[in-house]
Amino acid sequence: MAIDAVTAKSSVPSSFSRTVHLTVNGVARESTVENRLLLVHYLREHLRLTGTHIGCDTSHCGACTVLVDGKTVKSCTMLTVMADGKQVTTVEGLETAGKLHPVQEGFTKEHGLQCGFCTPGMMMASVALLAKNPHPTEDEIRRGISGNLCRCTGYVNIVKAIQYAAANAPPPAAGTGGA
Amino acid sequence: MATTPPPAKATVHGGIGQSIARKEDQRFIRGKGNYIDDVNLPGMLFLDIARSPYAHAKITAIHKEKALATPGVLAVITGADLAAAKLAWMPTLMSDTQMVLPTDEVMFQGQEVAAVVAVDRYAAADGAAAIEVDYEPLPVVLDPFRALEPGAPVLRTDKGKKDNHIWHWEVGDKAGTEAALKACATVVKEKIYIPRIHVSSIETCGCVAQVDAMGKLTVWMTTQAPHAIRTVFALVSGLPEQQIRIISPDIGGGFGGKVPVYPGYVITVVAALTTGKPVKWIEDRTENLTSDSFARDYHIEIELGADKAGKLTALRVKTLADHGYTDAAANPSKFPAGLFHIITGSYPFAKAFVEVDAAYTNKPPGGIAYRCSFRVTEAVFAIERIVDSMAHKLAIDPAELRLKNFIPPEAFPYSSALGWTYDSGNYAGALRKAMEIIDYAGLRKEQAAKRAKGELMGLGISSFTEIVGAGPSKTFDILGIKMFDSAEIRIHPTGKVIARFGTKSQGQGHETTYGQILAEELGIPVENINIEEGDTDTAPYGLGTYASRSTPTAGAAAAIACRKIREKAAKIAAHLLEVAPDDIEWKDYKFQVKGVPEKSKTMADVAFAAYTNHPAGMEAGLEAVDYYDPPNMTYPFGSYICVVDVDKETGQVKIRRFVAVDDCGNIINPMIVDGQIHGGLTMGLGPALLEEIQYDAQGNSRAPSFLEYLLPTAVETPKWETAKTVTPSPHHPLGAKGVGESATVGAPAAIVNAIVDALQPYGVTHIDIPVSAYKVWQAIHAKDPR
Amino acid sequence: MIPPNFEYYAPSSLNEAIGLLDQHQGEAKILAGGMSLIAMMKLRLVEPGALIDINRIPGLSYLKEDAQFLHIGATTRTNDLGDSDVVRMRYPILSDAGREIADPTVRNMGTVGGNVCHGDPGNDLPACLLALDAQLVAQGPKGPRTLAAREFYQDTFVTALAPNEILTEVKIPRPGTGAGSAYSKMERKVGDFATAAVAVALTLGKSGGIDAVGIGLTNVGPTAIYARAASEFLKGKAGADAEIAKAAELAAEAASPVADNRGPVEFKKDMVRVWSRRTLRRAIDRAKGVH
Repeated sequence: MAIDAVTAKSSVPSSFSRTVHLTVNGVARESTVENRLLLVHYLREHLRLTGTHIGCDTSHCGACTVLVDGKTVKSCTMLTVMADGKQVTTVEGLETAGKLHPVQEGFTKEHGLQCGFCTPGMMMASVALLAKNPHPTEDEIRRGISGNLCRCTGYVNIVKAIQYAAANAPPPAAGTGGA
Repeated sequence: MATTPPPAKATVHGGIGQSIARKEDQRFIRGKGNYIDDVNLPGMLFLDIARSPYAHAKITAIHKEKALATPGVLAVITGADLAAAKLAWMPTLMSDTQMVLPTDEVMFQGQEVAAVVAVDRYAAADGAAAIEVDYEPLPVVLDPFRALEPGAPVLRTDKGKKDNHIWHWEVGDKAGTEAALKACATVVKEKIYIPRIHVSSIETCGCVAQVDAMGKLTVWMTTQAPHAIRTVFALVSGLPEQQIRIISPDIGGGFGGKVPVYPGYVITVVAALTTGKPVKWIEDRTENLTSDSFARDYHIEIELGADKAGKLTALRVKTLADHGYTDAAANPSKFPAGLFHIITGSYPFAKAFVEVDAAYTNKPPGGIAYRCSFRVTEAVFAIERIVDSMAHKLAIDPAELRLKNFIPPEAFPYSSALGWTYDSGNYAGALRKAMEIIDYAGLRKEQAAKRAKGELMGLGISSFTEIVGAGPSKTFDILGIKMFDSAEIRIHPTGKVIARFGTKSQGQGHETTYGQILAEELGIPVENINIEEGDTDTAPYGLGTYASRSTPTAGAAAAIACRKIREKAAKIAAHLLEVAPDDIEWKDYKFQVKGVPEKSKTMADVAFAAYTNHPAGMEAGLEAVDYYDPPNMTYPFGSYICVVDVDKETGQVKIRRFVAVDDCGNIINPMIVDGQIHGGLTMGLGPALLEEIQYDAQGNSRAPSFLEYLLPTAVETPKWETAKTVTPSPHHPLGAKGVGESATVGAPAAIVNAIVDALQPYGVTHIDIPVSAYKVWQAIHAKDPR
Repeated sequence: MIPPNFEYYAPSSLNEAIGLLDQHQGEAKILAGGMSLIAMMKLRLVEPGALIDINRIPGLSYLKEDAQFLHIGATTRTNDLGDSDVVRMRYPILSDAGREIADPTVRNMGTVGGNVCHGDPGNDLPACLLALDAQLVAQGPKGPRTLAAREFYQDTFVTALAPNEILTEVKIPRPGTGAGSAYSKMERKVGDFATAAVAVALTLGKSGGIDAVGIGLTNVGPTAIYARAASEFLKGKAGADAEIAKAAELAAEAASPVADNRGPVEFKKDMVRVWSRRTLRRAIDRAKGVH
C-alpha cells in the first residue's frame, strides 16, 4: 500500500493545543503542543533529549524522572502544558562545561548502573535528594530513591554512588554562609 | 645486609581481575545511550496493537472503519492480511507454532488482534483504541491439571490436537529410584508451586523496521540473540539472509525476556515492507506484563529419601509445566524442560528420576526467561527446599545435613545420576565461609533464646549448583543451530584493537569485560580496545547472551582467538628480534627472547610490523576469529544464608541479613561480578516475597501493571553482603564460569527456608512463593488460631 | 499509555476555575497534581472533555496555623506536608501519612486536596481527617461552604463535593495539651496502597485517660472509614490494654474490606485489629511525650 504520510497528517484544532514556553537545561523553548502531550514525549521527541526514558504506564518506575523547578517529577505523568513557564532539567543538563556532576561520577566509580535504562531517572532523583539532604543516612537514601525502580543493580551500588556524590559534592560557593 | 626488592609484577591496565570502571558508562551517565525508542528515522511511522480483553474467544468480526477514520492513521493490519502472505502463524523457538495475528480465535487476554500504523505515536494509540472487535467468548482453560483431564476444552485444534498435553519428558532411573525410596529410612515429600512471574526489565520490548532502496531489511530490535533472529526471519519470510540486518543496540535489561520473537516484531516488519516506510513499535508496560514471555509456572512434586545416618540417597520429581497457549520457551531443543535435571543439585544421589509434562492453557506463552538458566531456578528452589524439609524432619541442623552430604571436591569432575558432568566444585568451602561471615552458630543461639520468648526468627540456607554456558554441540542446539559462540579480533597498525562478538550485553558490561580478557591475553591496555556486539552485518555468528553463557562461550572464544593472534605475533616478534620463533616466549605481556628478557617486543610493536615489516611468506595483518564449542557446561555454585525476623501478628517478614558466597571460578572484573550478584539477589527476592502473575476465573490477569506486579524498591531490598571462593573451571581457557544468574537461582530457597525455619514452632514445612504477609499469617493461624 | 485529547484551561483565579467547572457541566475535571487523574487518563479509564488546571491559582497552597486550626491550602504538595516542622510537632499523624503516600517523587506533585477529595478508598489522608475530625472548605458558584470530613466520603470516588465545587482548604482542629496522633500503614511495598492503615488522633486528660479520640481506617471499605463505635467506646477510658484491645476489635468490625491480591477479608480485618492496637499505643506514647 502506498502511503503519503504528509497528506494523512491531521491538523489538531487549536482548542486542543497551545503554545508553551519553558526552559530546558537552561535553553528557552517555545513550542506548540497538543494539550495531552506528556512532558516525557515532549522532551524525547520534540527536543530529541532521549536520555529520559519510559518504563511503565502507572508512574511507578521513575525512569522518566526529571527536575521541574528543582523538584523531581515523573515526566510521564505531567502534561507539557503544565510545565509552561517552568525550568526543566534532564540528565543531559547535569554535565556542565564538560565536567561531570558528582552524581554522574559516583554512578560510574561505584558501578551504580548496568543496563543504564533507569540511570538517568535515578540520577535526577539522587541530585534532588542530595540538594535537599546533603548528608543522608543509608536509610534516607533508600527512601529517597524508592520512586525509582532498578532491575539490574540490586541498589547496593546505587546507594554507594549517592554516598560518593555526597562525600564529593563541591564546596558551597563563597558568600553563601556557613554550614 | 641490603636486599634488592623483588621485581614488580608486570601488569597491563585493565587486565583480568581488575575492578576497572566500565567503558560503556560514559554514554549512559550522560543520557546518550542508544536504546530502541531512541532510534529515529526520517518518515518513520508508528505501530500500535489492539489486544483481546478475553482469554479465549472466537473473533467473529474486526471493524476497522473507526480506526481508519482516526486522524493520523494510515493502515490497519489484521490476521486476514497476514494469512494472505502465510504469515499469520510463525514457529516458536521450541518448534511449536504461535499466532502473529489471529484469524479465528484468541487464546489469552492481551493477545494481539489488530495493528494500526499511524504518523505518530499518539495517533497510533488513538487508532488502536478505535478498533472494534466482535468476540464470542469460549470456555477458558487456566488450570494445567484440569487442562489435562478428559473432557477439557481442547485449545490447539489448529494443530489437530485432541488434548492439551504438549509433551512428556523424563530422565533417570525410574525403577531404581522407586526401589531406593522404598528402602529409605525417611522420605519427605513436598508439593511446590512456583507461579508465573515476569522479568519486567525497565525497558519494554520494541523494534524499528526499515527497508532500504536496495530492498535490504534492517530491524533494530530489543533482542538478546540477533543472529538467531536473523536466521529465523530469513527462514520464515523467505527474504535472503544477507538482505536482513538485525541491530541490537543498547538494551535496557534482558534477563531472557528479550530472546523470543514477539508478534509485534513480525507485524512491524510486515508494516515496513508494505508501507515502504520505517515503522517503529514499542510495547507499553501493560502489554509487556500481559502478553510477552513469562517464566516459571511449574507445579512440582518432589520426594527425597535418606538413610538412617542422614545420607541423602534418592530423589524423585514429577512436574507439570504450564506453558500457556503455545510452547514458546527458549530451551535448547533436546531439553523441553530446560536444564531442570540439575535438580540433584550439590548432592551425590545414587538414584534419581525426573519427569515433566507440559500443558496448554489460555495464558500468554511462557516458561523461560527471568534469569533462570533454563529452568535451573525451579530445580534449585525445589532441591534446596526439600533438603531443609529433610533436615527439620530428622532434627538435624540444615547446615550440618548439607555438609554431611555435599559432593566432595575430590569427586570432580562429577557425573550426576541425571547425566550431567559437573566440572569443579567446593561446596563445603562456600558454605563454611558463609557460616563464618554471618556467625551461624551465634545466630542459632539467638534463635533459641528468641524462640523461648515466642519470637519468630529464622535462618535459611541455599547451597546451589548452577549449570551455565550452553553449550556443547553434542547436546545443545536451538532450532538446530549449535550453541557455540564467537569472537573476531583485529589489531590495527598502531596497536589498537577492534573486537566483535556473537553475544549481546544487556547491562552485563561486555564492552569492559571482554576488553579485559583481550588486555590480559594481548598485553594491550584496555582503553585501546573497542568491543562491539549486536550488529549481524559485522559481528561473527553467535547465539546471544542469556542463561549466563557469555563468559563460558564467547569469553573462551576471545581467549582462544587472542592465543591464535599470539601464535602469529610470536613469529613476527622473532622476525623483528632476529631469532628463531622457538626462542620467543610470551612473558610479562611481552614477546621476550628466552633467557634474554631485555630483548623484547610488545604487541603494539608487532602490530605495526604486521602491516609494514612482516616476514616473507606470511600474510599481512594481525587478526583471528574463533568459534568456540565448549567441551562442557560450567558449574558455578554458592552458599547463601538468610536471616529473617517475622512479625507474629501480621506475618510480615523482614530480611535482617543476607550473605551470599559465590564461586564462579576465575573472575574477570570483581566489581562487575558483585553487581551481577546484587542484581540477581534482588531478582530472587522479588519472586520470593512479592512477584506473581495470577489469573481470575475468566482469565483476566490480576497483575497487569506495576500497581499489582510488585517490584522491589531500594527499601524492600536488603543490603546484600557478598563474598567469594574461587574454584576454577578446569576446561575453560580462563578458568572462568558464568555467574549472571547464580543469585536469582540461589536466593529464593534461602529466603523461604529462613521463613519456614522461623515458623518451626508451628510445624510449617512449606509455603509457596511469593511468601506474602497473608500466607505467613495463615500458616501461623492454621496452627494457632485465636 | 497515551490519553485521548481534551481542552485545557489554566485559570489564574478561583472564580475563573469555578466558572469553567460550572460551564462544562460535569465534562471537566480539576487538575492539581495529576498523579491520580493523568494516570487514569493514560490508561483511558477516564476521558474528560476538559481539564481545569488549578496549579496557577495563587493563594491555594499554604500551611497556616492559627489559634483554632491548621489551615492547609488544597494545592499544598504532599511533600510540603511531610516536611513541615509544625505538622511534625503538632499533627504527627499527617507527617506519618505524608511520608507514606506513593513515593517521594509522586509527592512533589500530588496535592493534599487531591488526596482528600479524589475518593479512592486507598488514599491515605481521608482516614487522617476522619480521625482528626477535620473540616473541608469548598467553593462553588454560590460561594464557600464548610463540610465535616466525617460526612464527606459517600462511596468509592463519590464525595459530598458538588460537581461545580472546588476544594480550597482543609482545616485541622488545633490540638491542646495532651494530644497525640499517629498513622500506620501496612503495605506490601513502598508506594502500594494500604493492606490496611489506621489513623488515630487523641487527647489525654490530666489523669492520663483518653478525653477524646478518633480512629480512621484506610482501604478497608468502599471509602475511608470512621470507626465510630471504636472511637466512642474508647472516649473516657483510661487506656488500659484490655480497653485498647476492645477498641481494636470494634475498629475491625467497622471495616468491610474486599479480598484482593493483598489477602482475603478475614486477614485484612485482623490487620485492622492489630494496627489499631499498635497505632493507639503509638498515639498515646506521643501524647505522653514518649517516643
